[in-house]
Amino acid sequence: MINIKEKTIAYFVLILGAVIAIYPLFSIVNLSLTSKSNNSKVQNEFLGFYLGNYVEAWQRGAFNHAMLSSLLVSSCVVLLTLFCAILAGYAFALMQVPFAKTILVLLLFGLVMPYEGVVISLYEMMSSLHLLNTYWALILPQVALSMPFAVLWLRTFFSTVPKSIIESASLDGANRIQSLRFILIPLAKSAIGTLATLLFLFTWNEFLLALVLIPSNTSIQTVPLSLSFFAGNRRNSEPPVTAAAAVLVALPVLIAYLFLQRRLIRGIISGAVKE
Amino acid sequence: MSLKKLMWRFRYAEWSSLLFIAPAILLFSIFVVYPIFQTIWLSFWKWDRISPGVWVGLDNYKKVLSNPEIYSAFSHSLVFVLFYSLIPIAVGLLITLLLLRVKIRGESFFRAILFLPQIISTVVVAISWRWIYAADGPINALLAKLGAEKITTAWLGNFDTSLIAVGIIGTWINYGLAMILFLSGAQRISQDLLDADRIDGANMRQEFRYILIPSIKGEISIVLIITLTFALRNFDIVWNATQGGPGNSTNVPSLFIYKSAFVNRYVGEAAATSFLLAIVILAATGLLLLARRESHD
Repeated sequence: MINIKEKTIAYFVLILGAVIAIYPLFSIVNLSLTSKSNNSKVQNEFLGFYLGNYVEAWQRGAFNHAMLSSLLVSSCVVLLTLFCAILAGYAFALMQVPFAKTILVLLLFGLVMPYEGVVISLYEMMSSLHLLNTYWALILPQVALSMPFAVLWLRTFFSTVPKSIIESASLDGANRIQSLRFILIPLAKSAIGTLATLLFLFTWNEFLLALVLIPSNTSIQTVPLSLSFFAGNRRNSEPPVTAAAAVLVALPVLIAYLFLQRRLIRGIISGAVKE
Repeated sequence: MSLKKLMWRFRYAEWSSLLFIAPAILLFSIFVVYPIFQTIWLSFWKWDRISPGVWVGLDNYKKVLSNPEIYSAFSHSLVFVLFYSLIPIAVGLLITLLLLRVKIRGESFFRAILFLPQIISTVVVAISWRWIYAADGPINALLAKLGAEKITTAWLGNFDTSLIAVGIIGTWINYGLAMILFLSGAQRISQDLLDADRIDGANMRQEFRYILIPSIKGEISIVLIITLTFALRNFDIVWNATQGGPGNSTNVPSLFIYKSAFVNRYVGEAAATSFLLAIVILAATGLLLLARRESHD
């Protein structure tokens, strides 16, 4: 019962929505390719595109350091969080944890708690432990702050696994660790994959924690932080160079997204409905 | 809880499960739970990280609550709730209603693009919008081309437009999320139901109210919770787009907290403000979760 008019309107709206979603990115890519003066244009051209701003941004911003830092921090956070959350998610889903309800409520609090509520104390804690401006100052709190989301996500998944599968494993003599390792984790592969991608993304993009906890060590600053400082320094002087820096920094995430988007979005949709 | 039930729980509790949850709970306790209490503790002190602290009781709260800057910051947050949360949800609902009957081709393609604003670093987002809003940026270029040079301005630098301009960034970040989740929820509605309804002569408004809203209630509340907390926290975008300026025109509580804790070193006041902000956010999400549970029963 769909008429042509309805269909046209629908696609028009969808395409408009997509164009708006992509326009800001398009506009900085566009800006990053414009040259400040016509003289230098000859030198840094590739297939008719002016790339001088990229060269300048890469040299001045030292983003290779920042990307390595972000990669290191994000990977550590994902691995540590997954390790702890898989164990805890399993226990909450399939074991009689004492005080489970109380602990889960506490985790739920942690899930909606704004980072602003802890960031001042974390600064004091890290400074008294002499960990400010080290990777640990970022990794440990980020793992802890990701924990509620990860545990609740995995608990939801593990509790949907049919009991019969787990019982038949225990009849075969598998202990808890074995049944987790050889049965549940393989079953949860895609749920864990989505979770890992999300955790990586959250950590890669985290700004406030990085700003507070690694304020003055430029060699370990993460990508968002060093981009923010870079853009702040040249705020009004050279927008094309800043734009090039932003594009450079966004590129790895965009490339990864290109490959992972289908699974990621599907995972989020099913996760969001279950929660 | 009765004593019998408690005993039963103790007997059947698997104490070995504590080993499974220990790593997660330990980390969570040290780096989340303890800092929360530490924040509350700090909020009773006057301290600048240099001279020894002085116990001031509730003075920090009194000071904060009598500071007009805080009220303007929270009122900006309310405006951001409109732009970051309510408008994206309204847009998402409207579009979902329009698309209710259409079998979309290339749905995953549209999804991927609409989700893009969610995955890009907020710093990159702020930088691109700074350019879009700039005095010589695309918006003003378009306006000039349309012959409306009179209303061109530096949108983020103008007292009258800065708040709304920052708000629109939030709308841009969140409308895709709302659309994706609502559209996927709406696919659960059977075409037969819609067809039968239309034969009965239902108009769009009735469809909206009696079919769409009840079927995607879960999605609406999830999007509401995610975007609302985002709007109330909202540090990254403001910091990187305007730093709260011009003047205090886009100042928000989280920015106030950051500045007083780490720039001006009023640690106690900052702690008091962050406790208040946490309470506001917890109360808002708590209410939403409660409403959600009511409507589920």
